[in-house]
Amino acid sequence: MTDDTYNFAYLDEQTKRMIRRAILKGLAIPGYQVPFASREMPMPYGWGTGGVQVSAAVMTPEDRFKVIDQGADDTTNAVSIRSFFQRTAGVATTTTTAEATVIQTRHRIPEAPLTEGQILVYQVPIPEPLRFLEPRESETRKMHSLEEYGLMHVKLYEDISRHGHIATSYAYPVKVEGRYVMDPSPIPKFDNPKLSDCPAIQLFGAGREQRIYALPPYTRVVSLDFEDHPFEPSKADHPCGLCGAEDSYLDEVIVDDAGGRIFVCSDTDHCEGRQAAGHRGKDAA
Amino acid sequence: MTPLLSVQGVTRHYGAQIGCADVSFDLWPGEVMGIVGESGSGKSTLLACMAGHLAPDSGAVVFDTRADGPKDTVTMSEPERRMLSRTDWAFVHQHARDGLRMGVSAGGNVGERLMAVGARHYGDIRGKAVDWLERVEIAATRIDDRPTTFSGGMQQRLQIARNLVTGPRLVFMDEPTGGLDVSVQARLLDLLRGLVRDMGLSAIIVTHDLAVVRLLADRLMVMKDGRVVEAGLTDQVLDDPQHAYTQLLVSSVLQV
Repeated sequence: MTDDTYNFAYLDEQTKRMIRRAILKGLAIPGYQVPFASREMPMPYGWGTGGVQVSAAVMTPEDRFKVIDQGADDTTNAVSIRSFFQRTAGVATTTTTAEATVIQTRHRIPEAPLTEGQILVYQVPIPEPLRFLEPRESETRKMHSLEEYGLMHVKLYEDISRHGHIATSYAYPVKVEGRYVMDPSPIPKFDNPKLSDCPAIQLFGAGREQRIYALPPYTRVVSLDFEDHPFEPSKADHPCGLCGAEDSYLDEVIVDDAGGRIFVCSDTDHCEGRQAAGHRGKDAA
Repeated sequence: MTPLLSVQGVTRHYGAQIGCADVSFDLWPGEVMGIVGESGSGKSTLLACMAGHLAPDSGAVVFDTRADGPKDTVTMSEPERRMLSRTDWAFVHQHARDGLRMGVSAGGNVGERLMAVGARHYGDIRGKAVDWLERVEIAATRIDDRPTTFSGGMQQRLQIARNLVTGPRLVFMDEPTGGLDVSVQARLLDLLRGLVRDMGLSAIIVTHDLAVVRLLADRLMVMKDGRVVEAGLTDQVLDDPQHAYTQLLVSSVLQV
């Protein structure tokens, strides 16, 4: 059901060229936020307009496209973006991580290891990691260019002084190749180690804020921490209720009015794959 | 001996208006210099030019850096200048709110400069913050409170702690006692005097309060209409003013 009145992947070719130039610049300077002329997209800001534009710019007719929203392939955001590209680009889609060549993601990195040749596109709400510490954009740009990142540690200091440990659990700031401090988009800090040394290309698009940044394959990405309070990826201390996985990131799901809850993999593809292979958790039907 | 700071012919115009014109002086290590004058006399412009917040139209501000000896801070690169203002310089604003991060706890405020120069050990940073809060007479139990919950005098003392934690050699102060009531002023001045003497700090204090310079400053410069009209030892200038404006200024102080 391709809509022929649109150019391939919705955006016109000039716009895609402009976005590709921003992507290439971003790849050349890992972690640097490249401004770009973000377009109005037929969906509201906050629904992934940045990610959609980046996906449109890198997509070819031969690609196999996957969209995940908080790890799931079947939520509103994922379903509507997937059908958007089915309509406007006619590309094949999949829910299997290993089969996809372009994966657009909101707030998760898939559990299955990514490979060379894959592109992971993140939807980013606020690209500036220093935004809530220093409201002036002119000042944060200067701080990035002069590598003045002491303020980022003030935030972590505040966490420890208030909670006794670093309580930031998502959008955990990272340093890229020892240079730029970057907001990895609101992924749980459990996913932070997967950013580093990843064989796939990782692209970050912020539509409303008009910024693109990128991590080329095998980039060194380090989560910020203190010597006496080292970074710790965290997850709910349970196995998955459906597939029994001990090592995947879990969602807590309320199942009745009596406080009943189960913990299930947030990555639905990972969970279904394990169930098909015969793994069963304690809550599986 | 080389002067710690050598100001040479600093001039700054605002359009056709003179901010400050042709100001020159040397500040020696361990010396406290007072700059007095009425509102609009160019004191704050001069201070901003010296501290690198404003670029002077002409003139040089030569600082004796630890690594490379005397260097002109006007022509040095911005990263170098910002590094100086995080390490060897301190700037105490008149309004504590301008110099503090109001959304960050007292400990975080004191620790910021340490983290900015690379401290990455939470326990050490916190230990230093506690130490400095005590030195400025703020109870260590307030370390996790935000400055918004502090009184004006406490905020000003916190600002001083935050600035002195990296052991600067030169402190710029813009009316440090402005807006505080007299008993709080007296305690703050007492504290400042102790810190300046103990740490061997050099300081430049801009104020219109002659009592402040009498108490803190070794030397005094009197400014009017952007120019220095009289300079000398504090007691000498205040007790035997030569320039008509200085005489007016000294005689204007209310005697209680």
